[in-house]
Amino acid sequence: MSDHEYTPKSNLGKWFNDRLPLLSLANHLTDYPTPKNLNYWWTFGGILTFCLITQIVTGLTLAMHYIAHADMAFDSVEHIMRDVNYGWLIRYIHANGASMFFLAVYIHIFRSLFYGSYKAPREIIWIIGIIIYLLMMAAAFMGYVLPWGQMSFWGATVITNLFSAIPLVGEGIVTWLWGGYSVDNPTLTRFFTLHYLIPFLILGLVVLHIWALHVPGNNNPVGIDIKKPSKDTVPFHPYIVIKDGFALLMFMIVFAFFVFYTPNILGHADNYIEADPLVTPAHIVPEWYLLPFYAILRSVPDKLLGVVAMLSAILILAALPWLDTSKIRSAVFRPLYKQFYWILVADVLILGYVGAMPAEGLYLLIARVATAYYFLHFLVILPVLGFKEKTLPIPLSITEPVLGGSANMAAARNRESLKN
Amino acid sequence: MKNLFKILLVLLFTLNFTLLKSAEKVEYLKTDWSFKGLFGKFDRGALQRGYQVYTEVCASCHSMKYLSYRNLAEKGGPEFTELEAKAIAASFEVTDGPNTDGEMFTRPAKLSDKFVMPYENVEAAKAANGGAYPPDMSVLIKARGGGADYIYSLLQGYDEPPVGITLDDGVYYNKYMYGNKIKMSAPLSDGIVEYSDGTQASVQQMSKDVTTFLMWAAEPHLEARHQMGFKAIVYLIILTVLVYFSMKKIWSRVETEV
Repeated sequence: MSDHEYTPKSNLGKWFNDRLPLLSLANHLTDYPTPKNLNYWWTFGGILTFCLITQIVTGLTLAMHYIAHADMAFDSVEHIMRDVNYGWLIRYIHANGASMFFLAVYIHIFRSLFYGSYKAPREIIWIIGIIIYLLMMAAAFMGYVLPWGQMSFWGATVITNLFSAIPLVGEGIVTWLWGGYSVDNPTLTRFFTLHYLIPFLILGLVVLHIWALHVPGNNNPVGIDIKKPSKDTVPFHPYIVIKDGFALLMFMIVFAFFVFYTPNILGHADNYIEADPLVTPAHIVPEWYLLPFYAILRSVPDKLLGVVAMLSAILILAALPWLDTSKIRSAVFRPLYKQFYWILVADVLILGYVGAMPAEGLYLLIARVATAYYFLHFLVILPVLGFKEKTLPIPLSITEPVLGGSANMAAARNRESLKN
Repeated sequence: MKNLFKILLVLLFTLNFTLLKSAEKVEYLKTDWSFKGLFGKFDRGALQRGYQVYTEVCASCHSMKYLSYRNLAEKGGPEFTELEAKAIAASFEVTDGPNTDGEMFTRPAKLSDKFVMPYENVEAAKAANGGAYPPDMSVLIKARGGGADYIYSLLQGYDEPPVGITLDDGVYYNKYMYGNKIKMSAPLSDGIVEYSDGTQASVQQMSKDVTTFLMWAAEPHLEARHQMGFKAIVYLIILTVLVYFSMKKIWSRVETEV
């Protein structure tokens, strides 16, 4: 893992490190050479780690007061909101934390798409990331079911019913998932169990994600391979630590605003109505972060194909390192890809918007076009673009982005020479 | 690239606009809520009057099962004195027990008791109200899309049905109700309660007071939340500024901009 040998200074340190090289690990983490040109889009990895820890800590506390029972879940949430000391704070952090987590993960994913961070030799990092993302969706969905409000109940009903689309065994699987013949107490208790388990699976995968990252090292905005350590890198501590810390604080301000001033804006009002199996809400909508996939699901008239389309929309990302045939990583040097990238961003936003609207008329039409385009982007545009696109010349190192240097670089070099 | 992106954005917004317009939304009545904003607090007078409206008008059908009488004396709420809250509680009878003889008995409510419910259960509530269940009001404000504005408007939204709309027996026309048909008759009329602080009990005033009370019932820690939020955000901003300058200082050793 580490490029150089590390020996602790003290004898006790040496003794310990020979038996369990934790100090070597700590040394590797602090010295880890990081490209010095990383921009703020690279700070979301640290932010996501913060989100995960926040969710685990607040979740543990909530679990101490929450009761996973169909008759008591809703009451216990109100008990947390009213009578548990700072229960309202913990619950609002947890509920909004899920949204913040997804906000950060979407930025993280789209950063990767823009700068080609998924390309060789970082395919494994990317695929682990996709698995984490899938688990996040599962955890978020099950977490939304726990308050046992109307959206919880009906959301769970709609999503679990998707499995009935599987030929032959579908109905059986749904009954098995429910633990009965409808969403009920057994469903709630197993969702709670899984909701508690998944974050720790994610935590394990995050360790692998970072481990896999530390083998080739970070990609960077220029997207070229760099020598490590070199003039192009800075040690992780203190440079990246302080920069990530600064970005995290900015993120926390936004987070705090939601928690303290609009804690319910990202949720649905219907979830403050206790679950009632006899009353179906007018519109069943998932949380905002699942809307694009919900739109894809509903844009296909056939149930089974809809489910296949929705799952493919996520799983197609795992094949991305091979679908993108371009040798150049960063969109900075790919003028055409850059345009298609922004069209994809708009496409996903549109999908999210129509996902929140009733699936009829114009909305349905837009959803279908946007769904088709989503797959077109990954299955046709990206593979073809790699061969057709005329890319810009890439620099040899990040200190010399272009031969002769840009205006910025000239200024930087001037400053350097002044210092000397 | 930038131009293309701009075009896309414009397209997106025009699209949104046309879609939203087709979805025709009802404009709710607006009023100046004291609990809105960064420093929003409840108006104590409105909360106390609102409680009066609730208990004298709404409570005959609507339960508030998550509230206890002690909440009435707690900080950030109507802040009745403890004696007042005890007196309010004592005016209700609750069933307790079993006692040492194994019998259930009734006694006056205490601060620790939950608000007494108007009906034994949901079925009894439905039976007494023509099949419609008067929803529990504890979190009602948060359970309706329009929130406080919606409840405030609804209470004042009773009107004669427009021509062409026929109403069944026990169904009323309300401008703001989803589908415009509501099974609750207009609950408020001028002077239906008599405020002890001399405030004129107009429908508008009572609507505002009881909605404020319901907002507190749904968010009893709203004031604490706003106060803590302000402190937390100020703290974060100061820390962010300090960390920013530390970062600048540290990165000045490298020629790259941060």
